Amino acid sequence: MSEMSQNPSRADGPRTTDDPTVAAEQEQLLPQLVAHLREHRSKLREEWVGRIRDAHLLEAMTQQEMAAETTSVYDNYVEVLETGSVEALQHYARDLSERIIPRGVETHEVVGIVLLLRDVLARSLFEKYQRDFSLLNRILDAYEPAANRIANTVAVSFVDERERVIRQQQDAIRELSTPVLPVRERLLILPIIGVLDSERARQLTEQLLAGIRTHRAKVVVIDITGAPDVDTTVANHLVQTVDASRLMGASVIITGLSPTIAQTLVDLGVDLSKIHTMGDLQGGLEEAERQLGYHVTRKDGATTT
Amino acid sequence: MADEVRVVIADDADLVTARAEARAMAERLGFPRPDPTLIATAISEIARNIVVHSGGGEIVLKPLEDANRYGLMVIATDAGPGIRDVEAALRDDYSGRGGLGLGLPGARRLMDEFAVVSQTGRGTTITMTMWCKEGQR
Amino acid sequence: MSVAILREGDYLIAAILSDLTDTEVVELRGELIELVGRYRSRGLVIDVSALDVIDSFVARALRSIVLTVRLRGAHTVIAGIQPDVAIALVQFRLNLGPLRAALDLDAARALLDQLAGGEAEDGR
Repeated sequence: MSEMSQNPSRADGPRTTDDPTVAAEQEQLLPQLVAHLREHRSKLREEWVGRIRDAHLLEAMTQQEMAAETTSVYDNYVEVLETGSVEALQHYARDLSERIIPRGVETHEVVGIVLLLRDVLARSLFEKYQRDFSLLNRILDAYEPAANRIANTVAVSFVDERERVIRQQQDAIRELSTPVLPVRERLLILPIIGVLDSERARQLTEQLLAGIRTHRAKVVVIDITGAPDVDTTVANHLVQTVDASRLMGASVIITGLSPTIAQTLVDLGVDLSKIHTMGDLQGGLEEAERQLGYHVTRKDGATTT
Repeated sequence: MADEVRVVIADDADLVTARAEARAMAERLGFPRPDPTLIATAISEIARNIVVHSGGGEIVLKPLEDANRYGLMVIATDAGPGIRDVEAALRDDYSGRGGLGLGLPGARRLMDEFAVVSQTGRGTTITMTMWCKEGQR
Repeated sequence: MSVAILREGDYLIAAILSDLTDTEVVELRGELIELVGRYRSRGLVIDVSALDVIDSFVARALRSIVLTVRLRGAHTVIAGIQPDVAIALVQFRLNLGPLRAALDLDAARALLDQLAGGEAEDGR
């Protein structure tokens, strides 16, 4: 192994295709390399599957699935090495991700198996070209960048697909967590729980205005006790929501305003006297009922109108 | 491009057409609410300016596609007298009667991107775009 | 016909039925002001539920109607602003100060009863 560190080209790192003579040579080496990988396809694929099992990856898959997918990945891998085109691979990787994510396959497994394949193929190249060290190096110069790009492409496609799924789930959760509750005739409560971001604020407005229409609400109580903090954009949005609700004939009471959020609104130039705000939900509800003309009877028999 | 829609703006009946075409395209492209209304409103303002201040022009609606989002671009052109002071026109002078009443600052607030190019005596081109993130369609 | 105008006792109900051209908006304004005067209406409802765009021109016209009609002793309520239109109006930052709004015709009549009934509760 000491020879390796003394090899001049190795010490500088792999030669890149910036050098025209290198590029020309790699053009001849790649087909050689691909031919080798195709020739030994069955053997190498099986070796790879063995390694996957040893590493306890893809345990969510049946044997048949494993056989089918590893064959596809292997063939795609070799094809990318041959053509240099990642498009087909991207397509396959996305397709694969769509299939396996619902089955619970994790990112580390996908990255793991691609790297294992890379290792298996590399070793096979070591074995084949061990007698000609300088040729081996040149073969690796051709192989490594391509292999790394493949690993990268598959991993990124997988992660992108996962993120897309997560976003979908988040949307569903958001919808659930901004329910508009018809509490009494003409009175809606909108409790906001959790972080209020721009997207959620947009959904909130849409759901609220639709709710005002559906339930013919005259008063809406928006309780933001459960929202930890609200940035300027979102505060702005809240104010717009209040104004839009008014244009639909409903008055809005905001409850649960923390001092921080109140300050944000004031800094925004919002005239807090224009918006009804109450300390807590209870107070907000009482005010709402007052506006709707309900008589509120207290336990001691006293009434307020 | 086959998907482009061109609306000639000559009189105030054309404003109705422009609003309807904009809404139709926005909905076709899958913009979530309230975007189609925002786009139609912005176009109404710009188209009216053309009728009132320039004596005629046209509006082109262009669907756009980017890496991970879709968009609708509006290009409004006229060969009118041009806007002398674009910066002033873009300022908020809405106090009662409103500055020049051009509705430009309002339209700008409704859209994601907004640009005005104007030359006195040569006319005005207003380009505005609304984007829609892929995940929202 | 783009607008239907009905008289209901002391109130005048104007329902806009389709998107109006600017000319039609100006005509409508003139007509409503005239009719309110003629019938000595105490309240005017303008139903805009058929409008899917209300831009600065229409908004200014509405505001002008509200102010002028007030001078003749009548209150005005705008009914049926669509949700998306409400958002657009707010985002546009059109100054709609004196405008009173209601969800629909029934709510508008109820609001007029309150206003014109002399109680003048601040429904904002």
